[in-house]
Amino acid sequence: MLSRVADSIYWTSRYIERAEAVARFIAVNLNISMDLSTAGNQQWMPLVTTTGDDEKFSEIYGEASKRNVIEFLTFDRNNPNSILSCLINARENARSIRERISAEMWEHINRFYLMVKDVGDAEGILDDLPDFYEAVRNSGQQFVGVTDATMTHGEGWHFCQLGRFLERADKMSRILDVKYYILLPSPQHVGSAFDDLQWAALLRSASAYEMYRQRFGRIVPQNVVDFLMLDKEFPRAVLHCLTRANESLHAITGSDIEGFTNLPEQRLGQLRAEFAFTSASDIIARGLHEFIDDFQKRLNLVGESIGTTFFSLQAAA
Amino acid sequence: MFSPGGSPRTNCQLLYQHIQELTSNDLRKRKTAAERSMIRLGITFNVYGEEEGTERIIPFDILPRIIQGEQWSWISKGLKQRIIALNMFIDDIYNEQKILKDGIIPEHVVKSASSFRPQCVGMKPPNGIWCHITGTDLVRDSDGEFYVLEDNLRCPSGVSYVLQNRQLMKQTFPGLFEAQFVRPVDDYCSQLLDALNSLAPEHVEKPVVAVLSPGIYNSAYFEHSFLAQQMGVDLVEGRDLVVRDRRVYARTTKGLMAVDVIYRRIDDDFIDPHVFRKDSMLGVPGIIDAYRAGNVALANAPGTGIADDKVIYAYVPDMIKYYLSEDAILPNVPTYVCWDDAQRDHVIKNIADMVVKPANESGGYGMLIGPRASKEEHDKFVELIKANPRNYIAQPTLALSRAPVIIDDHLEGRHVDLRPFIIYGRDIYVLPGGLTRVALRKGSLVVNSSQGGGSKDTWVV
Repeated sequence: MLSRVADSIYWTSRYIERAEAVARFIAVNLNISMDLSTAGNQQWMPLVTTTGDDEKFSEIYGEASKRNVIEFLTFDRNNPNSILSCLINARENARSIRERISAEMWEHINRFYLMVKDVGDAEGILDDLPDFYEAVRNSGQQFVGVTDATMTHGEGWHFCQLGRFLERADKMSRILDVKYYILLPSPQHVGSAFDDLQWAALLRSASAYEMYRQRFGRIVPQNVVDFLMLDKEFPRAVLHCLTRANESLHAITGSDIEGFTNLPEQRLGQLRAEFAFTSASDIIARGLHEFIDDFQKRLNLVGESIGTTFFSLQAAA
Repeated sequence: MFSPGGSPRTNCQLLYQHIQELTSNDLRKRKTAAERSMIRLGITFNVYGEEEGTERIIPFDILPRIIQGEQWSWISKGLKQRIIALNMFIDDIYNEQKILKDGIIPEHVVKSASSFRPQCVGMKPPNGIWCHITGTDLVRDSDGEFYVLEDNLRCPSGVSYVLQNRQLMKQTFPGLFEAQFVRPVDDYCSQLLDALNSLAPEHVEKPVVAVLSPGIYNSAYFEHSFLAQQMGVDLVEGRDLVVRDRRVYARTTKGLMAVDVIYRRIDDDFIDPHVFRKDSMLGVPGIIDAYRAGNVALANAPGTGIADDKVIYAYVPDMIKYYLSEDAILPNVPTYVCWDDAQRDHVIKNIADMVVKPANESGGYGMLIGPRASKEEHDKFVELIKANPRNYIAQPTLALSRAPVIIDDHLEGRHVDLRPFIIYGRDIYVLPGGLTRVALRKGSLVVNSSQGGGSKDTWVV
């Protein structure tokens, strides 16, 4: 497979996953803020902080009102991680590899992009937010389905999987981080009714509520961390994502899953092993935020090494 | 569609009846549905000079244009004759130059063409064929005859719209396809792939074929991508390719992969900075060297553009006579070449009635349409012609045929031309029909998509 094509497939898939994740972020906050609004306790800035774009945000908007944050994270073309920017990028990448992906995948991305763009161009979006973010999430999931059902499960598909699961692992950890930011000012709230509401909302935003209930029953913060970070079978759990990404990486190179033949395999393998051999109580003891922060740094290194190993035109030349 | 008396031509009756049964609202609804699916499918072209990434659809008119089978056989025969002669001409020019020595075409006309590539002298492409893919523009005059308006032999665009238009038409008027004998166009890509495969060096059993595009900002990117997709081959950009030991390789995730045949959609100027424009970032350094060594086949061959020059075009009937000892089946539009003193004087005197075209432009850029231009524009073109007579040709304004087009909720006549596509591999294949381009502005004669033209499906029945 052409390096440039592999690069574009990987990023198409990452951007679609990212758009979906941003929609999840906002949806969980909308949900939480509805319950918290009576307490006058709406918090929108943490959302921007967790996407890592706070400097850019403050530069453009200043005040972190609900409206500003939603605009910035959803439709702002100046924010490279807004939903619309992600779709522009996904579409641009997909357009450059139309001959390698299925017609259904391209059509889906094109429609997805047009849907978000049209809503962004229209007035009065703030009235229909929950529906809109649900539509974004559905479209993101449909893309996964269309890809799975129409693209040959060969090298290109594995690059798609690799991009998706790395992105999902990153964003899942960030969603947990939102919780950390919200709770930080008042650790004494742990275990209160507000707290329960928030954890439930968080599970819902990760489409994990029902599955969590089946696994653990009662909502206990440590179990939520366990489920979203360390579950082997839940498809949005970080460990599961790392495992699937690792499988695809080895499928691409054809190397033994137990070992490594290049830098990305080494880095991802180590990271996955640590997750496989840690527990929720370990993570909380280390500090959830610190743990996630370290995880994200190492995940970035995995991404970087994938770029230099497979996509860099110089490397192959 | 209509005969001069205003009644539908015999071959159009079924279509006419069908349309009569539709209300104007139906028509508009179907038109909107077709255009919407074009946007949804991303069947677009890029517009130069507008904001980066601006894509538009080519406006699509859902009334097909119908060409009678017998007339088509004649056109098709004429196109084959023409492409054979043109290929013999290109091969001759870069090798023996007999046609120049025999004085059929003045040598200075060929040597002064900006598309003449001295770098290609002495080259021998596989099977002696230079131009594998041609799009020849035809127009019908008021006498009902088809004339060749120009030949596009470098990177002719539009065939993807022919294929997509047909798909849209099947959705728009399914009933009509069952009733009519419309000749299918769907095997174009198989024909193209066969032709490309036939260019591979003989010892290569399973040739690796690729389409070379300048990238997603090129106006014809959709087409490049579409053709690669339909043929199931890689779409590559210059940066994907590298030449090692006179062989072309693609950079892949697993290292370098040899490439045998390249359908290139990058102009000569940009294809190899070692040989042509040094500042080009789009091409592949060393690719011409690999081509010379016979290690990669290029379609169309570099140098093909010489037969694309609009002054050379004026001599195609002479070429046909010279190489094939036949008369041209398809006539040229009468053409004046301005390097000739007498013809230039005639053009300048009659400039208000002439269409003046620069020899080496495409896309309808840099043209003068005499009857629609002001006195100032006439004067400006007279100056341009005088300053560089070699660069201009002129043709009398034709009464281009018109076809009915849906405008809002009713039909209006608009000028059309026709671009059939010809593939020259082991055999010659002429796509039945071609791209009918429509000048959407009332009275306009310019059909180019870059100038706001639209398109129609073309049915050979």
